[in-house]
Amino acid sequence: MKTELLKLLSRNARYSVQQLADMLGGTEDEITALIKELEREGIICGYKAVIDWDSVDGSAVSAIIEIKVVPKADLGFEEVAEKIAAYREVESVYLMSGGYDLNVVVKGKTLKDVAQFVAKELATMDSVTSTATHFVMRRYKELDVCLFDSEKDDRGSFSI
Amino acid sequence: MMDYSRLLNKNVQQIKPSGIRKFFDIAATMDDVISLGVGEPDFQTPWIIRKAGISSLERGKTKYTSNRGLSMLRQEISNYINKKTGVNYDPENEILVSVGGSEGIDAAVRAIVSPGDEVIIPQPSYVCYEPVATLAGGVPVIIETLAENDFKLTPEQLLSAITPKTKALVLPYPCNPTGAVMEREDLQKIAEVLSKTDIIVISDEIYSELTFTKEGHVSIASLPGMRERTVLVSGFSKAFSMTGWRLGYACGPREIIAQMTKIHQFAIMCAPTTSQYAAIEALKNCDDAVNGMKAEYNRRRRLMVAGFNRMGLTCREPMGAFYTFPSIKSTGLSSDEFCEKLLEEKHVAVVPGTAFGAGGEGFIRASYCYSTEHIIEALARIEEFLKTL
Repeated sequence: MKTELLKLLSRNARYSVQQLADMLGGTEDEITALIKELEREGIICGYKAVIDWDSVDGSAVSAIIEIKVVPKADLGFEEVAEKIAAYREVESVYLMSGGYDLNVVVKGKTLKDVAQFVAKELATMDSVTSTATHFVMRRYKELDVCLFDSEKDDRGSFSI
Repeated sequence: MMDYSRLLNKNVQQIKPSGIRKFFDIAATMDDVISLGVGEPDFQTPWIIRKAGISSLERGKTKYTSNRGLSMLRQEISNYINKKTGVNYDPENEILVSVGGSEGIDAAVRAIVSPGDEVIIPQPSYVCYEPVATLAGGVPVIIETLAENDFKLTPEQLLSAITPKTKALVLPYPCNPTGAVMEREDLQKIAEVLSKTDIIVISDEIYSELTFTKEGHVSIASLPGMRERTVLVSGFSKAFSMTGWRLGYACGPREIIAQMTKIHQFAIMCAPTTSQYAAIEALKNCDDAVNGMKAEYNRRRRLMVAGFNRMGLTCREPMGAFYTFPSIKSTGLSSDEFCEKLLEEKHVAVVPGTAFGAGGEGFIRASYCYSTEHIIEALARIEEFLKTL
């Protein structure tokens, strides 16, 4: 039930305990307890709404920054990643395989804000050897949610 | 001026049109109808199946296949049915690939039923059996299954419906619209009654993969003494989300399949070639996809059953297909009135139980082949509607 519960919450964090209990065939107490346990263990790390910011006035700009790092004895990938993650402008940080080391998503009010943040805070950071900034032009899908109008239901209202 | 009502086939003209025609018309005038009224999966046909179909077109596989269907497909069907039911059908002459389970049912009835033969049909059930039997010159004999029996066919009911004229029994389980399932012990009792007769069973197992009992689907053909008197009809529409591909199959004793093939070859020639190639892929490589869809249907099933019971519409737990059949008797409205009012006032579409037989009066069919969010919204609107009554 744990995995199924996680899959359901990951799909829609706003299912009520009653709905989760119905779908999983458990009791509401069981579900409440399980969620608490998963939160306590750090398996459920947070709950976020998926917002189509492009449709909101005064919307933000985001960019994917590819960062190359030369790790040092006292400043390895972990430490650099954690330092970067500490910034509130940084939405996500991933350690990557391949042509660069850290994939960082930065959000700002304007293109200029983001560029300046990268230039002042990230590019200058100890152990960071290069940054490549790619601005997000348009979001189509985020966290399993399609932000465009997904296919209409062709089936009509009734069929036997 | 041609007087068509005088000229055209009287039997056909007498067949009643679909009981939901007027609902289509009402719904068509509304924008925001939330429907729980369809009878086909919301899932897309799994991509690898579509790809196999596309690839067969790219390779130019657009000619007729053998009447019975591609031999590779018949082999895969044989393997699949053996795996799922334990029954062994020879792909050479005991399997027919048909245009959907629908054609399988039709060909079986036409091969088995002679004019005047009685065909026992449990109801509420899918609407095609009665007209198909009538068109073949048969006489439908309806058995009203009951909610207190979970809409299963009981041996007592069967026994009292059998006459010297009974030729066939349609056994549609898991059942549309009730979601009822006949488990092993239920089927054994039916088999016992049938063993003393020459009645042939037409077992519509189109929803077999969507069985939520512990044992899973049991085919009556697998019971002792039943293989020689059963035509097992199934298909790809529901389990593999291939409704539009129009592909199904019938398995049975070679003598029956031979006669069915005759009908099929003259009326149809062969099932769609593209669909047949796609179906081979479906049977070989889609167990995971089917299990995933089934798990999702199961969650929705529980959600809907709990939701209806909580709002006072008694809903017995359906153990198969993707329909719930809650009772609306507590509202004092007829099924038709309930569905019409619900559609007009809350723009929620559900199907009146009477569309599936007179025994459906007092019930509605609500499908759970929709996303959970959609189901939650629909249930909320139905609950609001109940408060206004």
